[in-house]
Amino acid sequence: MCSVCGCGHGEVKIDGKEPRNHSHDHSHDHSHDHEGESEIGVYSHAPGLAQKRMVQIEQDILAKNNSYAAQNSNLFSKQGILALNLVSSPGSGKTSLLARTIRELGKKPVISVIEGDQQTANDAQRIRETGAKAVQVNTGKGCHLDAHMIGHALEELAPHDGGIVFIENVGNLVCPAGFDLGEAHKVVILSVTEGEDKPIKYPDMFHASDLMLLNKIDLLPHLEFEVERCIDYALRVNPAIKILKVSATSGEGMEQWYEWVRTAHKMVLSGHPTADIYSKTGGKE
Amino acid sequence: MHEMSICEGIVQVLEEQACAQNYKSVGKVWLEIGPLAGVELESLRFCFEAVAKGTLAEDAKLEIVETKGLAWCMKCSNTVEVARRFDACPTCGSFQLQVTGGDEMRIKELEVN
Ligand SMILES: Nc1nc2c(ncn2[C@@H]2O[C@H](COP(=O)(O)OP(=O)(O)O)[C@@H](O)[C@H]2O)c(=O)[nH]1
Ligand SMILES: [Mg+2]
Ligand SMILES: [Zn+2]
Ligand SMILES: [Zn+2]
Ligand SMILES: [Zn+2]
Repeated sequence: MCSVCGCGHGEVKIDGKEPRNHSHDHSHDHSHDHEGESEIGVYSHAPGLAQKRMVQIEQDILAKNNSYAAQNSNLFSKQGILALNLVSSPGSGKTSLLARTIRELGKKPVISVIEGDQQTANDAQRIRETGAKAVQVNTGKGCHLDAHMIGHALEELAPHDGGIVFIENVGNLVCPAGFDLGEAHKVVILSVTEGEDKPIKYPDMFHASDLMLLNKIDLLPHLEFEVERCIDYALRVNPAIKILKVSATSGEGMEQWYEWVRTAHKMVLSGHPTADIYSKTGGKE
Repeated sequence: MHEMSICEGIVQVLEEQACAQNYKSVGKVWLEIGPLAGVELESLRFCFEAVAKGTLAEDAKLEIVETKGLAWCMKCSNTVEVARRFDACPTCGSFQLQVTGGDEMRIKELEVN
C-alpha cells in the first residue's frame, strides 16, 4: 500500500495487483506534510491543550476526488485523448457496446479501455479479444470508480497520444454520478429491457451525463417500452442531454454514436499537435 | 454504499486538516448538504459512525444543515425552489429548469479538541 497518499488501502486491484508502489507520475497533490504529522504527535502527548474550539474549513467533501480528476483531465488534454466515462445499471450493454465500437471505429484513433468491476476480470478479457489494450480495475466492495484509481490505471494503460480512452464504470446508477474521473463526458446507457422511468429514478446520473444511449432497440418489437416517454423523462432531468437509439447487437444506430465520438474527439484535438489524426479517414474539415 | 464513500471522504478531510489546524479529535462536524446532492441523510449518519470508528472523529456528531434546491426556469425566467431534479417549475409548469443550487455537499465547520 502506498504510504504517501494512502492508496491501495481497501481492496482495489489493478489487473489483479495492488496499485503500484508509487512511481506516481500522475503526481498526486501529496499535500501530506510530515512535519505537520510530528507536531500532532507532540500535541497529542501534551496534556492541558484539550481546549474545545471551532475551525472553519469550508471544504467540498469530494474535493480530494476532484483534484485527482483534474490531474487525469490534464493528462488527457496534454495527450490529445478523448476520455469517456460509460455508466449504466449492470447488464445494459456497456461491454458489448464497447467491443463493437472498437471493432467498427477502426484503427485510428487508437482506443484503449479501463474496465471497472467489483470482482471479475471478464470484461477486460472481452475487450482484449478485440485487440485493444485494456486494464481491469477491481474495486472490491467499492461501488464506483474514483479518480485516484483511474490515475493508477492510466499508469498501467499508458494510452496513446491522440487516442480514445473508454472507461467502463461499475454497474451502478447511483454513486458514479458524483465521482468525476477527469473524463470529457459521461455517457449513460439505458437498455429498453429496463424501466422507462429510470431517468427520474436516478436523476443525478442522467443529469450528469451529456449523452444517453438507449440500447437494445432490436428488442423493442417484443417489449412494451415507451421510447418517447423515456426520452421525455430524460429531458426533464437534463434538458441538454443528447439521446441516441442503438443496438450493440444488431449494429442499428451505431454509426450516429461513432459520429458523436468523432465529433467529441475533434473538440479535444482542436489545436493539439496530433490534430491531423482524422485528416486521412474523415476527409477535410 | 454511496454514503459509505462520502463518509470516508469526510473522515479523510478531518484527518488531513488535523495537521494544518492542530487538533487531535473532532467533537462535531457541520455539513451542508443540498436536497439534490443525492445523499440519504439517515444512511449518512449510520455510515459515519461505522467509518469514524477508530479515527480521530470517533466521537464526532454530525450536524447536517440542509440547503434549498434552486433552479432557474428557462421558460418564465424565475428562480424557483425545487425538491428534486425532475420537478416542474412551480410557477409555469415547465420542465426546462437549470439547477443552480442545492447539490452541494460541504464540510463547513468543526468543533475540535
Ligand atoms: N438484444 C440485445 N442484447 C444486448 C445488446 N447489448 C448487450 N446485450 C446483451 O446484454 C447482456 C449484458 O451485456 P453487457 O455488455 O455485458 O452489459 P454491461 O454489464 O453493461 O457491460 C449480454 O447478454 C449482451 O449480449 C443489444 O443491443 N441487444
Ligand atoms: Mg460490463
Ligand atoms: Zn496513489
Ligand atoms: Zn459508490
Ligand atoms: Zn417557470
